[in-house]
Amino acid sequence: MSVNNLLENWAQFRHFHPVDDKPHDPYKWAMSIDLDACTGCNACSVACYAENNLPVVGKEKYQHGHVMHWIRIERYWDESLGVAGGGDFPEQGAQFLPMMCQQCEAAPCETVCPAAATNHTADGLNSQIYNRCVGSRYCSANCPFKVRYFNWYDYPTTDNVWPAEMNQQLNPDVTVRSKGVMEKCTFCVQRLHAAKGTAKNEGRLVHDGDVQTACQQACPTSAITFGNLVDPESKVHKQWQSQQVELDKDAQVKDQKEGGSGLRGYRIFEELRPYPSVMYLERVRESAV
Amino acid sequence: MKDIREDIAWAQINQDVLKSMESPRKLYWVILFFAFAAFCVGVGCEVYQYQTGMGVANKNNPHAWGLYISTFIFWIGMSHSGTLLSAILHLMHADWRKPIFRFAEALTTFSLMTAGLFVMVHLGRLWQFYYSVPYPDERGLWPNFQSPLLWDAMAIFTYLSSSILFLYIGMIPDLAICRDHLHEGWRKKLYTLLSLGWEGTDRQWRNFRVTYLTIACFLIPLAVSVHSIVAADFAMSQQPGWHVTSFPAYFVAGALYSGCSAIITLFIILRYVFKFEEYMTLPILKKTVRLTFAIAMIWTYLNAVEFASVWYSHDQASKDVLIQKVVGPFAPFWWGMIFCGSVVPLMLAFKRFQTNVPVLFVVSLLLNLGMWLERWMIVAPTFSHGYYPWTWDHDQWPGFVQWGMVFASFGWFTMLFMGFCKVFPSVSMYEVKEMVYHRKLHLKNSETAEQGAH
Repeated sequence: MSVNNLLENWAQFRHFHPVDDKPHDPYKWAMSIDLDACTGCNACSVACYAENNLPVVGKEKYQHGHVMHWIRIERYWDESLGVAGGGDFPEQGAQFLPMMCQQCEAAPCETVCPAAATNHTADGLNSQIYNRCVGSRYCSANCPFKVRYFNWYDYPTTDNVWPAEMNQQLNPDVTVRSKGVMEKCTFCVQRLHAAKGTAKNEGRLVHDGDVQTACQQACPTSAITFGNLVDPESKVHKQWQSQQVELDKDAQVKDQKEGGSGLRGYRIFEELRPYPSVMYLERVRESAV
Repeated sequence: MKDIREDIAWAQINQDVLKSMESPRKLYWVILFFAFAAFCVGVGCEVYQYQTGMGVANKNNPHAWGLYISTFIFWIGMSHSGTLLSAILHLMHADWRKPIFRFAEALTTFSLMTAGLFVMVHLGRLWQFYYSVPYPDERGLWPNFQSPLLWDAMAIFTYLSSSILFLYIGMIPDLAICRDHLHEGWRKKLYTLLSLGWEGTDRQWRNFRVTYLTIACFLIPLAVSVHSIVAADFAMSQQPGWHVTSFPAYFVAGALYSGCSAIITLFIILRYVFKFEEYMTLPILKKTVRLTFAIAMIWTYLNAVEFASVWYSHDQASKDVLIQKVVGPFAPFWWGMIFCGSVVPLMLAFKRFQTNVPVLFVVSLLLNLGMWLERWMIVAPTFSHGYYPWTWDHDQWPGFVQWGMVFASFGWFTMLFMGFCKVFPSVSMYEVKEMVYHRKLHLKNSETAEQGAH
C-alpha cells in the first residue's frame, strides 16, 4: 500500500472483486494435486525444507507444535475401509492430503495484516514480506487452512537447526527468516523469478515446464502439477479446464448440477470464497469404480 | 439512607480528601508492594520472551493467539465503565456518581494503558511495532487501512489520550485545592504546574464547565466505538465462532459489565484504605450494584442471542465451535464463565447483599473472573476447533510466560492506580461539595415547603 493508493485511488483499492480486479496477464501461477497419485511419502515436504531453508526445529519443539513444514502431508482415515490399528487391511482406509498455502485470490490473510506485510502479486501469488512483518499473527488467525507458520524462535541462531557443516547447503536464493515473522509456502517464488528472468532475456514468456516447484520436482508419482493458469497450453490449465474448475467460484457451473458433476476436481473451502489457486483431484476408490 | 450527609462542612471535605493523599492505612503500602512484585514477574517474563522468542509462551502454529489477546480485550473492556460513570451519568445528571467518578475515570486510563501493553507483548517483533502505525516515511509505505487491528490501534490511542485529557481537566479545581493546602515540596510544585493558575473565578468556572461537558460528549461515542472495533477484530474475520454480527453490542455490554464490577472492587478497597466511609457511602455502592446487575442481565441476554443465532444458523463450523466450548476441553472454563457471569450476579438482585461489603467484594471478583474467562473463551476455542480438521487435535495449553504476564498485568494496573490515588485526589472535592450543597438546598426547600403546608 503506497501513498498513491491512499491519496489518489484509495476508493479503487481492492474495490472490485479480486478475480476481476487483476486480469492476470501474462501469468497466474496455479497448481493441481492428484490425491489418487499421492502415496503420502513426504518427499515434497523434504524437498521444500531443502529448497526454502526451513528450520528443522527438533523433536521437543515439534511436540510443542512449532514445526515449520510449509507443505505438510495430512493423514485422514476413511472409516468404512479401515481405521488405524483395526481390521485386516487397516491401511486401506488411509488417505493423504498435501497441504500448503493455497495462494488465495481473495486471501483472508491479506486484508487483516495491520502492516500490509502480506500482499497479492500481479502473477497471483500471495506474497509475504518478512521485513515488513511485525508478528501480530492476525493472518494466521484468519487463514481457514492454517498454513502460515510463525517463527517462534530465532532459528538461525538456535543450535542444531542447521548443523554447522550444513550451512553450505542453505539455498542462497532464499532468505533465512529471523524470529517473530510469519512465513509460508511461496510456490518457490525464487524459481519463478529466475525462470521469468531467463524468459525475458530470450524475449519470450515462460513456457510450461520451464519452472517446477521443489515439491513438484520431488514427487515420485507426479501428483503435483504446477504452471501458468493463463497459458492455454499449460498442463495445469488443461487440468482445471477438464475438471471445470474456475478461479471464480461463482462461475463454476458444475456446482449447480443436481446430483453432482461426477468430476474429481475441487478446491478446499471454495465455498468460503477465498478463491484458492490449488485444485485437488479427489481420490478414486476401487470400490467406487 | 442518604447518599451523603448534608451537614459535612466544605473544609471537612478538603481535609478528608487531602488526608488520603498523605496518610492512608498501612494496607495501602502492602497492596503497593505486592503490585510491584507482581509487575516485576511480568518484566522478567517479557525480557525472557523478548530475548528468546514468542515460543516460550507456548503458543503454536494453529494457536497463534492466546492469553495475551484475551487479556487485552479484558483490560479494554474494563476501561469502559469509567466513561459510563464520569461522562454518561454526568450528562444524565445522576449526582450520586460524584464521589466515585474520579477513580472510575482513573480506572479507564490505567486499564487502557495495561491493554496497550498487551498489544506490545503480543507482537512477534516488538521492535518494529511502529510499522502498524500510520506515519509518513520516505518510502511512501503505509499500514493496511483495511485491517481491523489498525483501527484498533487508532481507536485505543484516541480513547486513551481523550480519557487522560478528561481525567486531567476534571481535576483542575481539585489540583488548585491541593496546591493551596499542601506543604512545600515537589508535590506542591507539581500541583502548581498542573492547576494552570486556577483561581476559581466565575469566568474560569464557566469555561471549565463548557470544556468538561464538551469532552464528556466527545468521549461517549468514542467509548462505544473502541470496543466495537475490538469486536470487529473478531467479527470481521472469517473464522467460525468469531464471525458473529452481534459481537460489537455483545462486547460493549461485556465491557460495561466487567468495568462496573471492577468499580465495585475498587470502591471497597479505596473506601477502606483511604478512609472514605463518609463519601463512598453504602447507598452509592447500592446504586452501583444495581447498575451492575442490570448490565449483567443485558450481557446474559446478548450471550443467549449469540448462542441462538449460531445454533439456528445452519453453519456447521460455527455450531461445532459452540459445541466444543460446551463439552470440549474448554468446558470447565466455559461453564465457569456462565456461572460467574450469569449466575453469580443474581445475588446482586437481593437487597440484603446490595450493601454487604464482604459479599460484594467476593462477588465483584467472581464477576471479573467470569468476564476474563469470557474473553478467553472467545479467543481460544476457535483456534482449537476452526475450519480446518488439521487443527482439531492440536490443543495447546498456555505456558507459564503467558500466565505470568496475565498475573503481572494486575500488578501493573494496581501499581499505577494506587500510585495515582496517593498523588491525586481520588474523590472529587469540588463535585462532592456541589453534591452536598444541592442536597442541603433540597432539604431546606422541602422543609420550608412542609412548614408552609402546616
